[in-house]
Amino acid sequence: MSALANKLMITEPDIQTPANTSDQRSQNAGLKVIVQTIREVAEGIREFTLVSADGSALPAFSGGSHIVVSMPSGTRIYRNAYSLLSPPQQRDHYRIAVRLQENSRGGSRFMHQEVKVGMALEVAWPLNLFALSRLARKQVLVAGGIGITPFMSQVQELLRQAQASQSAVLQTAGSKITPPDFELHYAYRSQDHAAYVPELQALLGDRLKCYDQSQGVTLDIRQLLAEQPLGTHVYTCGPEGMVQALLQSADELGWPPAHVHHEEFLAPPVGSPFTIKLASSQQEVQVGADQSMLEALEQAGVDAPYLCRGGACGRCELEVLSTDGTLEHHDHYLSAEEKRAGRKIMPCVSRARCDVIELNF
Amino acid sequence: MNKLDHIQAETAAFHHAPFNEETFRGDYSFHNSAKGIKRFPYPFEQDHYMYSVNIEPHQPGKPGAITEHAFDIDEHYVAECEDKRMTLEQDAGRYAALPHMMDAQWDFLELTMESLARDYPQYFSLLKDGERWTWHNSVLGISDSFIFGDASTLPMEPFEYMGRQTQGDFVLLDQREGTLFADAGFITSQADWSLAFDIGMSWHEWHGPVPQVDKMGIMDRALKFLMSLQQGKPVRRLNWTMTVNPRLDTSPEHYPEWGPDRLTVTAENAGQKAHLRVELQAMFRLPRSNAILFSIRCYLLSLEDMATQPKWIKRFHRVIRDLHPDLLEYKGIKVYHEPLLQWLAPHDDGAVLSEGAQLD
Repeated sequence: MSALANKLMITEPDIQTPANTSDQRSQNAGLKVIVQTIREVAEGIREFTLVSADGSALPAFSGGSHIVVSMPSGTRIYRNAYSLLSPPQQRDHYRIAVRLQENSRGGSRFMHQEVKVGMALEVAWPLNLFALSRLARKQVLVAGGIGITPFMSQVQELLRQAQASQSAVLQTAGSKITPPDFELHYAYRSQDHAAYVPELQALLGDRLKCYDQSQGVTLDIRQLLAEQPLGTHVYTCGPEGMVQALLQSADELGWPPAHVHHEEFLAPPVGSPFTIKLASSQQEVQVGADQSMLEALEQAGVDAPYLCRGGACGRCELEVLSTDGTLEHHDHYLSAEEKRAGRKIMPCVSRARCDVIELNF
Repeated sequence: MNKLDHIQAETAAFHHAPFNEETFRGDYSFHNSAKGIKRFPYPFEQDHYMYSVNIEPHQPGKPGAITEHAFDIDEHYVAECEDKRMTLEQDAGRYAALPHMMDAQWDFLELTMESLARDYPQYFSLLKDGERWTWHNSVLGISDSFIFGDASTLPMEPFEYMGRQTQGDFVLLDQREGTLFADAGFITSQADWSLAFDIGMSWHEWHGPVPQVDKMGIMDRALKFLMSLQQGKPVRRLNWTMTVNPRLDTSPEHYPEWGPDRLTVTAENAGQKAHLRVELQAMFRLPRSNAILFSIRCYLLSLEDMATQPKWIKRFHRVIRDLHPDLLEYKGIKVYHEPLLQWLAPHDDGAVLSEGAQLD
């Protein structure tokens, strides 16, 4: 093992900083933003432009990043993750789009009904769990409905790379530097449900392919994947059925798993109320039917770790010591084997059907 | 350009005073001032060294502390930059960056330029006019205007450009396929590892072969932790070893030049020759590239200088005396352990020392 290895391997996943110290607070301090504009971009989809409250530049980010927006509603704080739509290098504003969820637990309803122009919000620094591979020969992006959102910043990044390569080609006069080719496939129920089509058409020209289901135009995912050259990476975001179909086709066609990327929106599902018992403090926390375990812990003042709040990143993982019921895993992080073993849970999206669950925290 | 004029006028005032005239090779005239000794990141909190996971948020430390700023510039700045220049001249392979790391290179340039200009306005300034940036380093006499994002407008690649002007070593890790790849590095003061060997390797490749299976779990957890590192929340830790003579470049490539020095340590000269070497390691998530910057900043302290602080030298004696043989071997101390202890023992009266690394 090299010494570099030794340096890096000794870091541990859990930073145990005492709760409520000033350091901890400043660590978790988010970005203060003001809602500058709100507009409808499709049926039930509202776009928010956010600028920093003190006029300073917002952090740059990479294509596919999201922010977590904190929404104080009465005694509760909802925290939902939304993809950034603005160009990654644009530091004077962020744009997000929120679809009103039919069975909203509060987050999207709050954004649609409570948030007004001029309102102050707190958002976390950008985080990317859906990054573009930098070594792909070709990038194929597949969006369904509101799943277009993470691709808005990705296409900007890909266009910028293509332009940079273009000027490099001109400068080196004849040497072969070809930018990775990319295309965006966008399927939606109807024109009314399709956000950003004109904007994307203007940006992408024939790199954009639209599939309007109301006009009978459907996307054949299997065929799309079958005709891609070796070295292609595919990225998908959209309804679960579409994502699953793509993953299955890719698997059947023998795509390397590292070339297949997906992001699903996960909101914590509702369930029945139960009680969390924390082993270290013996504290008991009630989880409401429409509350996630993580939200309940936070409401009780417990400083539990988290990052993405969507079951993807793994940071909030907690150890299950016992339960008198069954775990309902909803995350994309734990392996099937880990889920079966029932020793770990991701409290941001998963819950339990039980009276009491004891956690090692 | 008022700001630049102002800085140039000020340059003369601190051109000599704050930076040591010294070398990290040849006559080894490296030395710490009294202030430099007091701000040394002494790592031992107790009389017995126990390996601990000492990772913490890279938050601003107290004024004057080495952690006050994201990148510490100290009295060794000029000499260290000169030493980097010499090492690169001998061996250009100490700097390497794979082509897909260009966004990460610009992220690195932005982070270091913005940090240095904000934290040390008396030495550095950065003016931005849209994408046209003007960087002025009044200490090294460097001034360049360039287009951010266009590498052809800089005299060299952005990572090398600022790597030469910032103390420490740097690795850029690309995150893909569920792991991290060491795809760019600027390594001129490394304690015994080789960039040429590690470049392009993935996490598990550069960690292998691992003899004990249980270490795999540690590595997987560490990887998971780093992969979810967030922008705006850098972390740091201290690591320590010992170096004979105040040499920055203790690379495997140059082992014949420094390895045998370990045999020259005697009970008489250990105070001048043996140095405690502490690395401040920090990790930052970079914005545009989603890469991770791993910075390794090296601090050296001779035992003679350490002895000006009785608590530190007494504790160091106990730590070295009782260090596990495996660690003595690993840190390269074993061959001169005996003369080292002979020098240290008279400095330790056995008094009870306060907990923590701070000076009393």
